[in-house]
Amino acid sequence: MKFSSLKWAINDSMTMAKRNILALVRVPTSLVFAVLQPIMFVLLFRYVFGGGAIQVNIPGGYVNYLIPGILVQTTIFGSVSTAIGLAEDLEKGLIERLRALPIARMAVLTGRTISDLLRNLMILIVITGIGFAVGFRPGGGPLHYVEASAIMLAFAYCLSWGFAYIGLIAPNAEAAQAMTFPLIFPLTFASGIFVQVSSMPSWLQGFAGNQPVTMVTKAVRSLMLGTPVGNTLWVSLAWSIGVLLVLAPLTVAKFRRAT
Amino acid sequence: MTISLYTVSDYAVSCTDIVKTYPKGNVRALDGVSLNVPRGQVFGLLGPNGSGKTTMVRILATILAPTSGLATVNGFDVVKQAKKVRETIGLAGQYATVDPNLTGYENLYMIGRLNHLEKAVVRQRATELLEQFNLTDAGHRSLKTYSGGMRRRLDLAAALVGRPPILFLDEPTTGLDPQSRQDLWGAIEGLVETGVTVLLTTQYLEEADRLAKQLVVLEKGKIIAEGTPAQLKARLGTTVLALTFHSLDDAARGAALIADLSDSPANRDGTVVEITVNSGPRTAAEALRRIDAQQIALDGLALREPSLDDVFLSLTGHKAEDVVVDTAAPRGRKDRS
Repeated sequence: MKFSSLKWAINDSMTMAKRNILALVRVPTSLVFAVLQPIMFVLLFRYVFGGGAIQVNIPGGYVNYLIPGILVQTTIFGSVSTAIGLAEDLEKGLIERLRALPIARMAVLTGRTISDLLRNLMILIVITGIGFAVGFRPGGGPLHYVEASAIMLAFAYCLSWGFAYIGLIAPNAEAAQAMTFPLIFPLTFASGIFVQVSSMPSWLQGFAGNQPVTMVTKAVRSLMLGTPVGNTLWVSLAWSIGVLLVLAPLTVAKFRRAT
Repeated sequence: MTISLYTVSDYAVSCTDIVKTYPKGNVRALDGVSLNVPRGQVFGLLGPNGSGKTTMVRILATILAPTSGLATVNGFDVVKQAKKVRETIGLAGQYATVDPNLTGYENLYMIGRLNHLEKAVVRQRATELLEQFNLTDAGHRSLKTYSGGMRRRLDLAAALVGRPPILFLDEPTTGLDPQSRQDLWGAIEGLVETGVTVLLTTQYLEEADRLAKQLVVLEKGKIIAEGTPAQLKARLGTTVLALTFHSLDDAARGAALIADLSDSPANRDGTVVEITVNSGPRTAAEALRRIDAQQIALDGLALREPSLDDVFLSLTGHKAEDVVVDTAAPRGRKDRS
Protein backbone atom coordinates (compact mmCIF):
# COMPACT_ATOMS: atom_id res chain seq x y z
CA MET A 1 0.00 0.00 0.00
CA LYS A 2 1.35 3.38 -0.95
CA PHE A 3 1.79 5.97 1.78
CA SER A 4 -0.88 8.26 0.35
CA SER A 5 -3.46 5.49 0.14
CA LEU A 6 -2.63 4.46 3.71
CA LYS A 7 -3.11 8.07 4.77
CA TRP A 8 -6.52 8.17 3.10
CA ALA A 9 -7.47 4.79 4.55
CA ILE A 10 -6.83 6.22 8.00
CA ASN A 11 -8.71 9.40 7.09
CA ASP A 12 -11.70 7.36 5.89
CA SER A 13 -11.71 5.22 9.05
CA MET A 14 -11.57 8.30 11.26
CA THR A 15 -14.34 10.01 9.28
CA MET A 16 -16.54 6.94 9.71
CA ALA A 17 -15.68 6.62 13.41
CA LYS A 18 -16.47 10.31 13.95
CA ARG A 19 -19.81 9.90 12.23
CA ASN A 20 -20.67 6.90 14.44
CA ILE A 21 -19.72 8.81 17.60
CA LEU A 22 -21.84 11.78 16.51
CA ALA A 23 -24.81 9.48 15.98
CA LEU A 24 -24.19 7.98 19.43
CA VAL A 25 -24.22 11.40 21.06
CA ARG A 26 -27.26 12.58 19.07
CA VAL A 27 -29.33 9.53 19.98
CA PRO A 28 -28.17 8.89 23.53
CA THR A 29 -30.94 6.37 24.24
CA SER A 30 -28.82 3.42 23.17
CA LEU A 31 -25.91 4.63 25.28
CA VAL A 32 -28.17 5.17 28.30
CA PHE A 33 -29.49 1.63 28.07
CA ALA A 34 -26.01 0.28 27.43
CA VAL A 35 -25.06 1.77 30.81
CA LEU A 36 -28.28 0.85 32.62
CA GLN A 37 -27.95 -2.84 31.88
CA PRO A 38 -24.59 -3.34 33.63
CA ILE A 39 -25.81 -1.15 36.52
CA MET A 40 -28.68 -3.64 36.94
CA PHE A 41 -26.17 -6.48 36.92
CA VAL A 42 -24.05 -4.72 39.53
CA LEU A 43 -27.05 -4.17 41.83
CA LEU A 44 -28.46 -7.65 41.24
CA PHE A 45 -25.27 -9.51 41.96
CA ARG A 46 -23.98 -7.17 44.64
CA TYR A 47 -27.15 -7.11 46.75
CA VAL A 48 -29.45 -9.97 45.68
CA PHE A 49 -27.10 -12.88 44.95
CA GLY A 50 -24.07 -11.39 46.67
CA GLY A 51 -25.83 -10.93 49.98
CA GLY A 52 -24.43 -14.24 51.15
CA ALA A 53 -25.61 -16.71 48.54
CA ILE A 54 -22.30 -16.51 46.72
CA GLN A 55 -19.17 -17.16 48.73
CA VAL A 56 -15.73 -16.27 47.50
CA ASN A 57 -12.46 -16.40 49.28
CA ILE A 58 -10.77 -13.12 48.44
CA PRO A 59 -9.89 -9.98 50.38
CA GLY A 60 -12.74 -7.46 50.47
CA GLY A 61 -15.37 -10.10 49.81
CA TYR A 62 -17.70 -10.65 46.88
CA VAL A 63 -17.92 -7.03 45.68
CA ASN A 64 -14.20 -7.09 44.90
CA TYR A 65 -14.69 -10.33 43.02
CA LEU A 66 -17.77 -9.14 41.17
CA ILE A 67 -16.91 -5.70 39.81
CA PRO A 68 -13.87 -6.68 37.67
CA GLY A 69 -16.02 -9.48 36.24
CA ILE A 70 -18.97 -7.18 35.51
CA LEU A 71 -16.60 -4.78 33.75
CA VAL A 72 -15.39 -7.60 31.49
CA GLN A 73 -18.98 -8.67 30.82
CA THR A 74 -19.96 -5.09 30.04
CA THR A 75 -17.22 -4.60 27.47
CA ILE A 76 -18.09 -7.91 25.81
CA PHE A 77 -21.77 -6.90 25.63
CA GLY A 78 -20.56 -3.55 24.31
CA SER A 79 -18.73 -5.19 21.43
CA VAL A 80 -22.10 -6.54 20.24
CA SER A 81 -22.95 -2.99 19.15
CA THR A 82 -20.62 -3.55 16.19
CA ALA A 83 -23.04 -6.15 14.83
CA ILE A 84 -26.03 -3.89 15.42
CA GLY A 85 -24.45 -0.76 13.96
CA LEU A 86 -23.27 -2.48 10.80
CA ALA A 87 -26.62 -4.20 10.25
CA GLU A 88 -28.35 -0.82 10.65
CA ASP A 89 -26.11 0.92 8.13
CA LEU A 90 -26.65 -1.88 5.65
CA GLU A 91 -30.39 -1.74 6.17
CA LYS A 92 -30.52 2.03 5.69
CA GLY A 93 -28.57 1.81 2.45
CA LEU A 94 -25.79 4.01 3.79
CA ILE A 95 -23.12 1.44 3.03
CA GLU A 96 -24.43 1.31 -0.52
CA ARG A 97 -23.80 5.02 -0.92
CA LEU A 98 -20.34 4.60 0.59
CA ARG A 99 -19.56 1.90 -1.95
CA ALA A 100 -19.95 4.40 -4.77
CA LEU A 101 -17.34 6.65 -3.12
CA PRO A 102 -13.57 6.29 -3.64
CA ILE A 103 -13.00 5.23 -0.02
CA ALA A 104 -10.85 2.47 1.42
CA ARG A 105 -13.27 -0.45 1.72
CA MET A 106 -11.93 -1.43 5.14
CA ALA A 107 -12.85 1.99 6.53
CA VAL A 108 -16.46 0.96 7.14
CA LEU A 109 -15.26 -1.86 9.41
CA THR A 110 -12.32 -0.10 11.05
CA GLY A 111 -14.38 3.06 11.62
CA ARG A 112 -17.15 1.04 13.23
CA THR A 113 -14.88 -1.01 15.48
CA ILE A 114 -12.95 2.10 16.57
CA SER A 115 -16.12 4.00 17.50
CA ASP A 116 -17.39 0.95 19.39
CA LEU A 117 -14.08 0.83 21.26
CA LEU A 118 -14.59 4.44 22.34
CA ARG A 119 -18.18 3.69 23.27
CA ASN A 120 -16.95 0.80 25.41
CA LEU A 121 -14.43 3.09 27.09
CA MET A 122 -17.20 5.56 28.02
CA ILE A 123 -19.34 2.78 29.49
CA LEU A 124 -16.35 1.34 31.33
CA ILE A 125 -15.71 4.67 33.04
CA VAL A 126 -19.32 4.95 34.19
CA ILE A 127 -19.46 1.41 35.53
CA THR A 128 -16.16 1.89 37.31
CA GLY A 129 -17.80 4.78 39.15
CA ILE A 130 -20.82 2.63 39.99
CA GLY A 131 -18.48 -0.11 41.22
CA PHE A 132 -16.76 2.24 43.62
CA ALA A 133 -20.13 3.51 44.81
CA VAL A 134 -21.24 0.01 45.85
CA GLY A 135 -18.07 -0.67 47.81
CA PHE A 136 -15.51 -1.91 45.28
CA ARG A 137 -12.06 -1.26 46.80
CA PRO A 138 -9.33 -2.67 44.52
CA GLY A 139 -5.86 -2.77 46.00
CA GLY A 140 -3.82 -2.98 42.82
CA GLY A 141 -3.27 0.75 42.32
CA PRO A 142 -4.32 3.07 39.50
CA LEU A 143 -1.67 1.96 36.97
CA HIS A 144 -2.75 -1.65 37.22
CA TYR A 145 -6.35 -0.52 36.97
CA VAL A 146 -5.60 1.20 33.67
CA GLU A 147 -3.66 -1.83 32.49
CA ALA A 148 -6.57 -4.11 33.37
CA SER A 149 -8.97 -1.80 31.51
CA ALA A 150 -6.73 -1.87 28.46
CA ILE A 151 -6.68 -5.68 28.51
CA MET A 152 -10.46 -6.02 28.52
CA LEU A 153 -10.97 -3.26 25.95
CA ALA A 154 -8.47 -4.95 23.66
CA PHE A 155 -10.29 -8.26 24.02
CA ALA A 156 -13.65 -6.62 23.33
CA TYR A 157 -12.19 -4.81 20.32
CA CYS A 158 -10.96 -8.08 18.83
CA LEU A 159 -14.38 -9.67 19.47
CA SER A 160 -15.95 -6.71 17.62
CA TRP A 161 -14.44 -7.99 14.40
CA GLY A 162 -16.26 -11.27 14.93
CA PHE A 163 -19.54 -9.55 15.75
CA ALA A 164 -19.07 -7.45 12.61
CA TYR A 165 -19.44 -10.73 10.69
CA ILE A 166 -22.83 -11.28 12.33
CA GLY A 167 -23.80 -7.71 11.41
CA LEU A 168 -23.03 -8.49 7.78
CA ILE A 169 -25.06 -11.68 7.58
CA ALA A 170 -28.05 -10.63 9.72
CA PRO A 171 -31.17 -9.49 7.85
CA ASN A 172 -31.65 -6.49 10.18
CA ALA A 173 -30.40 -4.90 13.37
CA GLU A 174 -32.81 -6.73 15.69
CA ALA A 175 -31.81 -10.08 14.22
CA ALA A 176 -28.14 -9.15 14.52
CA GLN A 177 -28.58 -8.52 18.22
CA ALA A 178 -30.54 -11.74 18.74
CA MET A 179 -27.90 -13.74 16.86
CA THR A 180 -25.19 -12.67 19.28
CA PHE A 181 -27.03 -13.95 22.37
CA PRO A 182 -26.21 -17.67 21.93
CA LEU A 183 -22.56 -16.64 21.81
CA ILE A 184 -22.24 -14.10 24.57
CA PHE A 185 -24.45 -15.79 27.17
CA PRO A 186 -22.44 -19.02 27.55
CA LEU A 187 -19.20 -17.08 27.22
CA THR A 188 -20.02 -14.62 29.99
CA PHE A 189 -22.10 -16.79 32.37
CA ALA A 190 -20.20 -20.07 32.08
CA SER A 191 -17.09 -18.22 33.16
CA GLY A 192 -15.38 -16.90 36.23
CA ILE A 193 -17.18 -13.56 35.96
CA PHE A 194 -19.86 -14.04 38.65
CA VAL A 195 -18.87 -17.17 40.54
CA GLN A 196 -15.75 -19.22 41.02
CA VAL A 197 -15.44 -21.94 38.41
CA SER A 198 -14.70 -24.47 41.18
CA SER A 199 -18.32 -24.09 42.35
CA MET A 200 -19.66 -25.33 39.00
CA PRO A 201 -20.43 -28.98 38.15
CA SER A 202 -17.32 -30.82 37.08
CA TRP A 203 -18.50 -31.32 33.47
CA LEU A 204 -18.73 -27.53 33.04
CA GLN A 205 -15.43 -26.73 34.75
CA GLY A 206 -13.32 -27.85 31.81
CA PHE A 207 -14.93 -25.26 29.54
CA ALA A 208 -15.59 -22.54 32.08
CA GLY A 209 -12.11 -22.70 33.56
CA ASN A 210 -10.22 -22.38 30.32
CA GLN A 211 -12.33 -20.33 27.95
CA PRO A 212 -11.02 -16.90 26.95
CA VAL A 213 -13.51 -14.81 28.95
CA THR A 214 -12.43 -16.53 32.16
CA MET A 215 -8.77 -15.94 31.30
CA VAL A 216 -9.41 -12.24 30.61
CA THR A 217 -11.47 -11.94 33.80
CA LYS A 218 -8.73 -13.58 35.87
CA ALA A 219 -6.10 -11.25 34.44
CA VAL A 220 -8.28 -8.16 34.97
CA ARG A 221 -9.25 -9.17 38.50
CA SER A 222 -5.69 -9.99 39.55
CA LEU A 223 -4.37 -6.69 38.18
CA MET A 224 -7.13 -4.65 39.82
CA LEU A 225 -6.91 -6.38 43.19
CA GLY A 226 -3.13 -6.58 43.17
CA THR A 227 -2.93 -10.35 43.43
CA PRO A 228 -0.50 -12.53 41.43
CA VAL A 229 -1.34 -12.42 37.72
CA GLY A 230 0.46 -15.62 36.79
CA ASN A 231 0.22 -16.45 33.09
CA THR A 232 -3.34 -15.11 32.69
CA LEU A 233 -2.13 -11.79 31.29
CA TRP A 234 -0.27 -13.40 28.41
CA VAL A 235 -2.93 -15.99 27.81
CA SER A 236 -5.55 -13.20 27.57
CA LEU A 237 -3.48 -11.22 25.10
CA ALA A 238 -2.84 -14.36 23.07
CA TRP A 239 -6.60 -15.00 22.94
CA SER A 240 -7.26 -11.44 21.83
CA ILE A 241 -4.71 -11.59 19.04
CA GLY A 242 -5.84 -15.08 18.06
CA VAL A 243 -9.49 -14.02 17.86
CA LEU A 244 -8.54 -11.02 15.74
CA LEU A 245 -6.29 -13.01 13.40
CA VAL A 246 -8.97 -15.62 12.79
CA LEU A 247 -12.13 -13.49 12.68
CA ALA A 248 -10.97 -10.25 11.03
CA PRO A 249 -9.96 -11.87 7.72
CA LEU A 250 -13.25 -13.79 7.64
CA THR A 251 -15.19 -10.59 8.22
CA VAL A 252 -13.22 -8.60 5.66
CA ALA A 253 -13.73 -11.34 3.07
CA LYS A 254 -17.45 -11.44 3.85
CA PHE A 255 -17.66 -7.65 3.61
CA ARG A 256 -16.06 -7.66 0.18
CA ARG A 257 -18.50 -10.28 -1.04
CA ALA A 258 -21.65 -9.15 0.76
CA THR A 259 -21.71 -5.44 0.06
CA MET B 1 -26.93 12.17 -36.81
CA THR B 2 -24.79 13.77 -34.15
CA ILE B 3 -23.77 10.36 -32.88
CA SER B 4 -21.21 9.88 -35.66
CA LEU B 5 -19.25 12.82 -34.23
CA TYR B 6 -18.34 10.85 -31.12
CA THR B 7 -15.80 8.14 -30.67
CA VAL B 8 -16.55 5.51 -28.04
CA SER B 9 -14.49 7.09 -25.24
CA ASP B 10 -16.23 10.41 -25.79
CA TYR B 11 -19.32 9.02 -24.18
CA ALA B 12 -19.77 9.71 -20.51
CA VAL B 13 -21.22 6.23 -20.10
CA SER B 14 -21.01 3.39 -22.53
CA CYS B 15 -22.12 -0.18 -22.11
CA THR B 16 -22.35 -3.21 -24.30
CA ASP B 17 -24.49 -6.27 -23.73
CA ILE B 18 -24.85 -5.94 -19.99
CA VAL B 19 -26.42 -9.01 -18.43
CA LYS B 20 -27.19 -9.38 -14.74
CA THR B 21 -28.68 -12.60 -13.47
CA TYR B 22 -29.48 -13.62 -9.93
CA PRO B 23 -29.14 -17.34 -9.34
CA LYS B 24 -31.73 -17.05 -6.58
CA GLY B 25 -35.12 -17.31 -8.26
CA ASN B 26 -33.46 -17.47 -11.67
CA VAL B 27 -34.02 -13.76 -12.24
CA ARG B 28 -32.60 -12.05 -15.30
CA ALA B 29 -32.62 -8.44 -14.13
CA LEU B 30 -30.76 -7.17 -17.20
CA ASP B 31 -30.81 -9.07 -20.44
CA GLY B 32 -28.28 -7.61 -22.86
CA VAL B 33 -28.49 -3.85 -22.42
CA SER B 34 -26.31 -1.62 -24.60
CA LEU B 35 -26.39 2.14 -24.42
CA ASN B 36 -24.24 5.23 -24.97
CA VAL B 37 -24.69 8.38 -22.95
CA PRO B 38 -23.31 11.54 -24.62
CA ARG B 39 -21.64 14.11 -22.39
CA GLY B 40 -23.29 17.19 -21.01
CA GLN B 41 -26.92 16.18 -21.19
CA VAL B 42 -29.60 14.27 -19.34
CA PHE B 43 -30.04 10.71 -20.53
CA GLY B 44 -33.21 9.04 -19.38
CA LEU B 45 -33.77 5.42 -18.41
CA LEU B 46 -37.52 5.00 -18.41
CA GLY B 47 -39.32 1.94 -17.13
CA PRO B 48 -41.75 0.56 -14.59
CA ASN B 49 -40.80 -1.10 -11.29
CA GLY B 50 -38.74 -4.21 -11.88
CA SER B 51 -37.62 -3.25 -15.37
CA GLY B 52 -33.95 -3.22 -14.33
CA LYS B 53 -33.33 0.54 -14.04
CA THR B 54 -31.88 0.43 -10.56
CA THR B 55 -29.79 -2.64 -11.37
CA MET B 56 -28.31 -0.72 -14.32
CA VAL B 57 -27.43 2.28 -12.13
CA ARG B 58 -25.93 0.05 -9.44
CA ILE B 59 -23.70 -1.63 -12.01
CA LEU B 60 -22.56 1.71 -13.43
CA ALA B 61 -21.93 3.04 -9.92
CA THR B 62 -19.67 -0.02 -9.21
CA ILE B 63 -21.97 -1.24 -6.47
CA LEU B 64 -22.84 -4.39 -8.36
CA ALA B 65 -20.76 -6.38 -10.85
CA PRO B 66 -22.44 -7.37 -14.11
CA THR B 67 -22.74 -11.08 -14.87
CA SER B 68 -21.39 -10.35 -18.35
CA GLY B 69 -20.90 -7.44 -20.68
CA LEU B 70 -18.70 -4.36 -20.66
CA ALA B 71 -19.46 -0.98 -19.12
CA THR B 72 -17.31 2.12 -18.97
CA VAL B 73 -17.91 5.37 -17.13
CA ASN B 74 -15.78 8.31 -18.21
CA GLY B 75 -13.72 5.75 -20.14
CA PHE B 76 -13.01 3.61 -17.06
CA ASP B 77 -14.10 -0.01 -16.79
CA VAL B 78 -16.63 -0.34 -13.94
CA VAL B 79 -15.18 -3.68 -12.86
CA LYS B 80 -11.44 -3.33 -13.45
CA GLN B 81 -11.13 0.37 -12.70
CA ALA B 82 -13.87 0.70 -10.10
CA LYS B 83 -11.92 3.17 -7.97
CA LYS B 84 -11.35 5.50 -10.93
CA VAL B 85 -15.05 5.33 -11.71
CA ARG B 86 -15.92 6.20 -8.11
CA GLU B 87 -13.76 9.30 -8.34
CA THR B 88 -15.80 10.63 -11.26
CA ILE B 89 -19.38 9.89 -10.27
CA GLY B 90 -22.03 11.12 -7.91
CA LEU B 91 -25.01 8.98 -6.89
CA ALA B 92 -28.35 10.07 -5.52
CA GLY B 93 -31.54 8.16 -5.40
CA GLN B 94 -35.08 7.43 -4.53
CA TYR B 95 -34.04 6.40 -1.06
CA ALA B 96 -32.15 9.38 0.21
CA THR B 97 -29.23 7.61 1.81
CA VAL B 98 -28.20 10.50 3.98
CA ASP B 99 -27.60 9.83 7.66
CA PRO B 100 -30.67 10.79 9.70
CA ASN B 101 -28.67 11.14 12.91
CA LEU B 102 -26.49 13.92 11.54
CA THR B 103 -27.27 17.47 10.48
CA GLY B 104 -27.38 18.46 6.80
CA TYR B 105 -23.98 20.12 7.10
CA GLU B 106 -22.46 17.10 8.83
CA ASN B 107 -23.75 14.79 6.11
CA LEU B 108 -22.15 16.90 3.40
CA TYR B 109 -18.94 17.20 5.42
CA MET B 110 -18.74 13.43 5.87
CA ILE B 111 -19.28 12.69 2.19
CA GLY B 112 -16.78 15.41 1.26
CA ARG B 113 -14.10 13.95 3.48
CA LEU B 114 -14.81 10.50 2.09
CA ASN B 115 -14.34 12.04 -1.36
CA HIS B 116 -10.84 12.91 -0.12
CA LEU B 117 -11.26 16.65 -0.20
CA GLU B 118 -9.22 18.73 2.25
CA LYS B 119 -11.05 19.93 5.35
CA ALA B 120 -11.07 23.61 4.37
CA VAL B 121 -12.36 22.77 0.89
CA VAL B 122 -15.12 20.57 2.30
CA ARG B 123 -16.28 23.25 4.73
CA GLN B 124 -16.60 25.78 1.94
CA ARG B 125 -18.23 23.30 -0.42
CA ALA B 126 -20.78 22.17 2.19
CA THR B 127 -21.80 25.75 2.92
CA GLU B 128 -22.02 26.52 -0.79
CA LEU B 129 -24.19 23.48 -1.54
CA LEU B 130 -26.55 24.14 1.36
CA GLU B 131 -27.10 27.59 -0.10
CA GLN B 132 -27.50 26.28 -3.64
CA PHE B 133 -30.21 23.85 -2.53
CA ASN B 134 -32.00 26.27 -0.22
CA LEU B 135 -31.00 24.42 2.90
CA THR B 136 -28.89 27.06 4.63
CA ASP B 137 -31.42 27.64 7.40
CA ALA B 138 -31.84 23.92 8.02
CA GLY B 139 -28.15 23.14 7.56
CA HIS B 140 -27.38 22.74 11.24
CA ARG B 141 -30.59 21.00 12.18
CA SER B 142 -30.97 17.26 12.55
CA LEU B 143 -32.31 15.51 9.46
CA LYS B 144 -35.23 14.33 11.56
CA THR B 145 -36.72 17.79 11.08
CA TYR B 146 -36.39 17.65 7.28
CA SER B 147 -39.28 17.08 4.87
CA GLY B 148 -39.05 14.44 2.13
CA GLY B 149 -38.21 17.10 -0.44
CA MET B 150 -35.47 18.57 1.75
CA ARG B 151 -33.88 15.18 2.28
CA ARG B 152 -33.92 14.51 -1.43
CA ARG B 153 -32.28 17.89 -2.11
CA LEU B 154 -29.64 17.15 0.51
CA ASP B 155 -29.08 13.73 -1.07
CA LEU B 156 -28.50 15.43 -4.41
CA ALA B 157 -26.20 17.97 -2.77
CA ALA B 158 -24.24 15.11 -1.17
CA ALA B 159 -23.79 13.53 -4.59
CA LEU B 160 -22.29 16.82 -5.81
CA VAL B 161 -19.76 17.47 -3.04
CA GLY B 162 -16.87 16.07 -5.06
CA ARG B 163 -17.94 18.00 -8.22
CA PRO B 164 -18.42 14.80 -10.24
CA PRO B 165 -18.68 15.26 -14.01
CA ILE B 166 -21.14 12.36 -14.17
CA LEU B 167 -24.19 12.04 -11.99
CA PHE B 168 -26.49 9.04 -11.54
CA LEU B 169 -29.96 9.90 -10.31
CA ASP B 170 -32.10 6.90 -9.50
CA GLU B 171 -35.76 7.97 -9.46
CA PRO B 172 -34.90 11.28 -7.81
CA THR B 173 -38.48 12.53 -7.57
CA THR B 174 -40.45 9.35 -6.83
CA GLY B 175 -42.78 10.00 -3.94
CA LEU B 176 -42.28 13.79 -3.93
CA ASP B 177 -45.04 16.38 -3.98
CA PRO B 178 -45.42 18.41 -7.21
CA GLN B 179 -43.68 21.52 -5.88
CA SER B 180 -40.64 19.59 -4.58
CA ARG B 181 -40.52 17.77 -7.89
CA GLN B 182 -40.46 21.06 -9.80
CA ASP B 183 -37.69 22.35 -7.53
CA LEU B 184 -35.59 19.26 -8.08
CA TRP B 185 -36.11 19.42 -11.85
CA GLY B 186 -34.91 23.01 -11.80
CA ALA B 187 -31.82 21.98 -9.83
CA ILE B 188 -31.03 19.16 -12.29
CA GLU B 189 -31.38 21.51 -15.26
CA GLY B 190 -29.06 23.96 -13.55
CA LEU B 191 -26.44 21.22 -13.17
CA VAL B 192 -26.58 20.23 -16.82
CA GLU B 193 -25.95 23.87 -17.75
CA THR B 194 -22.64 23.62 -15.91
CA GLY B 195 -21.63 20.67 -18.11
CA VAL B 196 -22.56 17.75 -15.88
CA THR B 197 -23.77 14.55 -17.53
CA VAL B 198 -26.83 13.07 -15.85
CA LEU B 199 -28.11 9.52 -16.15
CA LEU B 200 -31.62 9.62 -14.80
CA THR B 201 -33.97 6.75 -14.13
CA THR B 202 -37.63 7.45 -13.83
CA GLN B 203 -41.08 5.94 -13.96
CA TYR B 204 -42.57 9.20 -15.14
CA LEU B 205 -42.90 10.03 -18.81
CA GLU B 206 -43.41 13.66 -17.87
CA GLU B 207 -40.08 13.75 -16.07
CA ALA B 208 -38.20 12.10 -18.92
CA ASP B 209 -39.89 14.47 -21.34
CA ARG B 210 -38.95 17.55 -19.34
CA LEU B 211 -35.33 16.63 -18.59
CA ALA B 212 -33.95 14.03 -20.97
CA LYS B 213 -32.48 14.77 -24.35
CA GLN B 214 -32.35 11.09 -25.18
CA LEU B 215 -33.91 8.13 -23.52
CA VAL B 216 -34.26 4.39 -23.58
CA VAL B 217 -37.29 2.47 -22.41
CA LEU B 218 -36.55 -0.64 -20.38
CA GLU B 219 -38.85 -3.53 -19.82
CA LYS B 220 -37.94 -6.79 -18.09
CA GLY B 221 -34.24 -6.03 -18.46
CA LYS B 222 -34.37 -5.23 -22.15
CA ILE B 223 -34.37 -1.99 -24.10
CA ILE B 224 -37.66 -1.90 -26.00
CA ALA B 225 -37.35 1.59 -27.45
CA GLU B 226 -34.86 4.43 -27.70
CA GLY B 227 -34.68 7.91 -29.10
CA THR B 228 -35.50 11.47 -28.19
CA PRO B 229 -38.65 12.10 -26.17
CA ALA B 230 -40.13 13.70 -29.30
CA GLN B 231 -39.44 10.59 -31.38
CA LEU B 232 -41.00 8.37 -28.76
CA LYS B 233 -44.02 10.54 -28.47
CA ALA B 234 -44.41 10.65 -32.22
CA ARG B 235 -44.41 6.88 -32.24
CA LEU B 236 -46.81 6.87 -29.41
CA GLY B 237 -49.09 9.70 -30.34
CA THR B 238 -49.19 12.76 -28.19
CA THR B 239 -52.65 12.42 -26.74
CA VAL B 240 -54.87 9.71 -25.37
CA LEU B 241 -58.49 9.74 -26.41
CA ALA B 242 -60.67 7.98 -23.86
CA LEU B 243 -64.28 7.11 -24.70
CA THR B 244 -66.72 5.73 -22.16
CA PHE B 245 -69.57 3.74 -23.68
CA HIS B 246 -72.91 2.84 -22.23
CA SER B 247 -72.45 -0.92 -22.41
CA LEU B 248 -69.76 -3.53 -23.02
CA ASP B 249 -71.40 -4.32 -26.30
CA ASP B 250 -71.27 -0.72 -27.44
CA ALA B 251 -67.66 -0.49 -26.32
CA ALA B 252 -66.72 -3.45 -28.54
CA ARG B 253 -68.51 -1.97 -31.55
CA GLY B 254 -67.08 1.48 -30.87
CA ALA B 255 -63.53 0.16 -30.52
CA ALA B 256 -63.79 -1.48 -33.94
CA LEU B 257 -65.11 1.72 -35.49
CA ILE B 258 -62.23 3.91 -34.31
CA ALA B 259 -59.39 1.37 -34.43
CA ASP B 260 -57.86 2.82 -37.60
CA LEU B 261 -57.55 6.31 -36.08
CA SER B 262 -54.48 5.21 -34.09
CA ASP B 263 -51.22 3.49 -35.05
CA SER B 264 -51.24 1.43 -31.88
CA PRO B 265 -53.90 -0.99 -30.66
CA ALA B 266 -56.91 0.29 -28.75
CA ASN B 267 -56.96 -0.45 -25.03
CA ARG B 268 -60.36 -1.62 -23.85
CA ASP B 269 -61.08 -1.79 -20.14
CA GLY B 270 -64.74 -2.51 -19.40
CA THR B 271 -66.80 0.16 -21.09
CA VAL B 272 -63.77 2.47 -21.55
CA VAL B 273 -61.86 2.46 -24.83
CA GLU B 274 -58.58 4.34 -25.14
CA ILE B 275 -56.48 5.09 -28.20
CA THR B 276 -53.36 7.20 -28.58
CA VAL B 277 -53.61 9.82 -31.30
CA ASN B 278 -51.44 12.55 -32.78
CA SER B 279 -54.06 15.19 -33.15
CA GLY B 280 -56.47 15.06 -30.24
CA PRO B 281 -59.35 17.39 -31.14
CA ARG B 282 -59.47 16.43 -34.82
CA THR B 283 -59.43 12.71 -34.08
CA ALA B 284 -61.97 13.16 -31.30
CA ALA B 285 -64.35 14.90 -33.73
CA GLU B 286 -63.88 12.13 -36.30
CA ALA B 287 -64.47 9.44 -33.67
CA LEU B 288 -67.64 11.19 -32.54
CA ARG B 289 -68.94 11.42 -36.13
CA ARG B 290 -68.42 7.70 -36.70
CA ILE B 291 -69.97 6.67 -33.38
CA ASP B 292 -72.88 9.05 -33.84
CA ALA B 293 -73.52 7.72 -37.36
CA GLN B 294 -74.01 4.25 -35.90
CA GLN B 295 -76.22 5.72 -33.15
CA ILE B 296 -74.09 4.34 -30.35
CA ALA B 297 -74.55 6.09 -27.00
CA LEU B 298 -71.51 7.66 -25.30
CA ASP B 299 -71.29 8.29 -21.55
CA GLY B 300 -68.09 10.26 -21.67
CA LEU B 301 -65.19 11.55 -23.73
CA ALA B 302 -61.80 12.77 -22.55
CA LEU B 303 -58.44 13.76 -23.98
CA ARG B 304 -55.37 13.37 -21.79
CA GLU B 305 -51.58 13.29 -21.91
CA PRO B 306 -50.13 9.82 -22.39
CA SER B 307 -48.84 8.06 -19.27
CA LEU B 308 -46.06 5.53 -18.98
CA ASP B 309 -48.73 2.85 -19.18
CA ASP B 310 -49.70 4.17 -22.60
CA VAL B 311 -46.08 4.03 -23.73
CA PHE B 312 -45.89 0.43 -22.73
CA LEU B 313 -49.18 -0.45 -24.24
CA SER B 314 -48.10 1.18 -27.46
CA LEU B 315 -44.65 -0.45 -27.49
CA THR B 316 -45.47 -3.92 -26.27
CA GLY B 317 -49.17 -4.34 -26.79
CA HIS B 318 -49.67 -5.01 -23.09
CA LYS B 319 -49.73 -2.98 -19.92
CA ALA B 320 -46.59 -2.45 -17.85
CA GLU B 321 -46.56 -5.17 -15.26
CA ASP B 322 -45.49 -4.31 -11.79
CA VAL B 323 -42.89 -7.03 -11.50
CA VAL B 324 -40.86 -6.31 -8.41
CA VAL B 325 -37.39 -7.73 -8.78
CA ASP B 326 -36.28 -7.36 -5.23
CA THR B 327 -32.92 -9.08 -5.59
CA ALA B 328 -31.34 -5.87 -6.85
CA ALA B 329 -32.33 -3.91 -3.81
CA PRO B 330 -30.22 -3.47 -0.70
CA ARG B 331 -31.27 -5.62 2.22
CA GLY B 332 -34.34 -4.63 4.13
CA ARG B 333 -35.93 -2.88 1.18
CA LYS B 334 -39.03 -4.31 -0.30
CA ASP B 335 -40.16 -1.85 -2.91
CA ARG B 336 -37.14 -1.09 -4.99
CA SER B 337 -36.80 -2.21 -8.59
